[in-house]
Amino acid sequence: MTSTVRTYLGRLLPQLIALTIIIAAISIIFPGFLNLQIQNGRLYGSLVDILNRGAPVVLLAIGMTVVIATKGIDLSVGAVMAICGAVSASLITSGHSLAETLLITLAVGILCGIWNGILVAVLDIQPIIATLVLMVAGRGIAQLITEGAILTFNDPGLIFIGSGSFAGLPMPVVIWLVFGVLVALVVRQTALGMLVEAVGVNREASTLSGVFTPVLLIAAYVLSGLCAAIAGVIAAADIKGADANNAGLWLELDAILAVVVGGTSLLGGRFSIAASVLGAIIIQAINTGILLSGFPPEFNLIIKAAIIVFILVLQSPRFRAAFAFVSIPRVAGKPTEREAK
Amino acid sequence: MQTSSDNILSAVRIEKGFPGTKALDKVDFHLRRGEVHALLGENGAGKSTLIKCLTGAYRRDGGSILLDGAEVDPRDTFDAQRLGIGTVYQEVNLLPNLTVAENLFLGRQPRRFGMVDTRTMNRKARELLAEYELDLDVTRDLASFSVAIQQVVAIARAVDLSGKVLILDEPTASLDAHEVAMLFRIVRRLKARGLGIIFITHFLEQVYEISDRITVLRNGQLVGTRDTSDLSRRDLIAMMIGRELAAEIHSARTEVAEGRLRYRFRNYGRRGRINPFDLDVRAGEVVGIAGLLGSGRTETADVLFGAHRADSGTAEIDGQTVDLSSPRAAIRQKFGFCPEDRKTDGIVGDLSVRENIVLALQARRGWTRPISRAEQNRLADQYIRALDIRTPDREKPIKLLSGGNQQKAILARWLATEPEFLILDEPTRGIDVGAHAEIVRLIESLREKGLSLIVISSEIEELVAYSTRVVVLRDRTHVAELGGDRITAHQIVEAIAAANEREAS
Repeated sequence: MTSTVRTYLGRLLPQLIALTIIIAAISIIFPGFLNLQIQNGRLYGSLVDILNRGAPVVLLAIGMTVVIATKGIDLSVGAVMAICGAVSASLITSGHSLAETLLITLAVGILCGIWNGILVAVLDIQPIIATLVLMVAGRGIAQLITEGAILTFNDPGLIFIGSGSFAGLPMPVVIWLVFGVLVALVVRQTALGMLVEAVGVNREASTLSGVFTPVLLIAAYVLSGLCAAIAGVIAAADIKGADANNAGLWLELDAILAVVVGGTSLLGGRFSIAASVLGAIIIQAINTGILLSGFPPEFNLIIKAAIIVFILVLQSPRFRAAFAFVSIPRVAGKPTEREAK
Repeated sequence: MQTSSDNILSAVRIEKGFPGTKALDKVDFHLRRGEVHALLGENGAGKSTLIKCLTGAYRRDGGSILLDGAEVDPRDTFDAQRLGIGTVYQEVNLLPNLTVAENLFLGRQPRRFGMVDTRTMNRKARELLAEYELDLDVTRDLASFSVAIQQVVAIARAVDLSGKVLILDEPTASLDAHEVAMLFRIVRRLKARGLGIIFITHFLEQVYEISDRITVLRNGQLVGTRDTSDLSRRDLIAMMIGRELAAEIHSARTEVAEGRLRYRFRNYGRRGRINPFDLDVRAGEVVGIAGLLGSGRTETADVLFGAHRADSGTAEIDGQTVDLSSPRAAIRQKFGFCPEDRKTDGIVGDLSVRENIVLALQARRGWTRPISRAEQNRLADQYIRALDIRTPDREKPIKLLSGGNQQKAILARWLATEPEFLILDEPTRGIDVGAHAEIVRLIESLREKGLSLIVISSEIEELVAYSTRVVVLRDRTHVAELGGDRITAHQIVEAIAAANEREAS
């Protein structure tokens, strides 16, 4: 059991180190950065803020991880966020109950996922093209729903999802924590994880071994759509309105980046949802840090890019090979059965 | 009598190894000036490896290459081209979106004041193609012409660039008879000009029509070089697939007790892939499938396993009609299938040996019923031990294992599902001698346990060793079935050759 824990930590170590360094760096510049305080039974502080602001990308990254593990990619998640934000805003303003609103919104997200999944799995269109369709069309659909305006609402229930708190934590954080743990458990406690990885590495061999690849692929895009729907609701609830033009704009790229920073290969196969979540938090920490540092905004993207290049270099196989002697002893010291003989 | 100085290209003791296999083992190959030399062998025999060593696409591990008597060492295909060795592949490797003239002169366009002189280029292109009796609009895109014309353009470019040796790698595979005739006219003309031409093909009639000499490779070794006129079709096939025709190898197997008839395929087939066939398989029987490359061996396996759905006929197991329309359906009937191309269709490279072994079993159980890690470990260890899979531990990514061990792991994947009907397509291809023998033994022991097996192999002796019956294929049709005493290397070669001679007449 301890060896399992150790391999697991070994997998997450690069991300944990990167996050620690970034947070340490920011807190050296801003001594108050690490401060946490409790007001009205709710936790406040920059760290909590990072977790809260990062919620949409974390959620998108969860779905994106599974899609990328199947050797796919989902470019449509930003647009699906916009659609789902618009759907929830228009439903709640037209007098539907909160429960109805949420259920229908999530169903719309799932529908988007089924659409993508069918294009990829049944029609065998390349994922990048298949999801590009909805990426482009989706924002138009969202604009149609909001009729071009920013659709505002003041339903306290829906707003609570964006700015309320539970057990001292902001609702968005609670939602992605619970959802992330749920997905990770389902994927790893069933055989889904392994089957997804098998399909991602070699779809043909998996099909010949009896894996039902079309259903698995569609399921991956459905999960991604569902994640985008939740992220869309959170984003809308946060600003108390649906902005079809800007909700989720470019977030698909952040989500892909989060997965890559999390160490999942774009070539499919091995994946870790926890690492992707850490990746998303790293990206948000960088964003927040740059914002706090007061650099002129035009530097932000360049600094962000530089930091990400650095993290990716740390992960690259060549770099790891060159510095193998300082690498983390993963299962060292525990000889495998055969060696022990 | 020609002397060795007539050799325009000589490859001496070429060696090339890949992890786990020896792709070329000290192969000699001599090409004369003004001859068409056919290079033959089954898949994996080493033809393409030899070509790649000659053209510098691969670095050879040993041996030397002499061109015009001088030792050369092409570093890459450009280098080989510059030295005089040009290659034309089955899939034309030109740029379809450029004009014919641009393709002919790509990288060496005539220039005027630093700009490409299109007019001169087009004129030169027309002149060049006129030598090939080709009069076409050289300003049109290459893609607007037939594959045959594209082939000729590719040949024209290669000859113009290189001019000593021309390698044609399956140039006729997608051409019709008329186009083949045109291509052969050109080949004869180039031959008359003194070029040495290496011709690779699967079509034996074409070999007899065009080639002067034949070199056969098998399992990375040189079987021999003969004058085409002195080599009968039968002897050629024997060279390609059976080690010694004269040595009548009888299998050491004792008479097999007749198991009960379990599998009945009637009129089973798929249009365009394999013509409808009847096949009965008993329990405890190994049905070998023999035939030349392209005769429908793999297609038979695909259709039996549902990898390609049959569009005619019925399948029965124990008298019940069953559905075998997909791999999943076949697996439900306790079928298993080790495909021919291990890398693309067999292994899941990045996953561990353990995961590769449990994959089919897990897929059959469904995702909601995971095999526990302890059970996975037990299964993996059990098969690693039983099949002697050489791996430091079960968590090693399978792609790091040698070919033979990968093959054993895929066999283990199916054995873990406790199959009753196992289809093995070239189970011993590209693996070392030791693993080879182990897999043959394994096939024997599975048969003794009462499994029904279909084994496809291009190694005739191997089929003789373990088959209780051999089905011979030709032209995507099951043409003969040999049983009992008739299973000898000689009889199988006879059956294949007879089929081919009929075809040729």
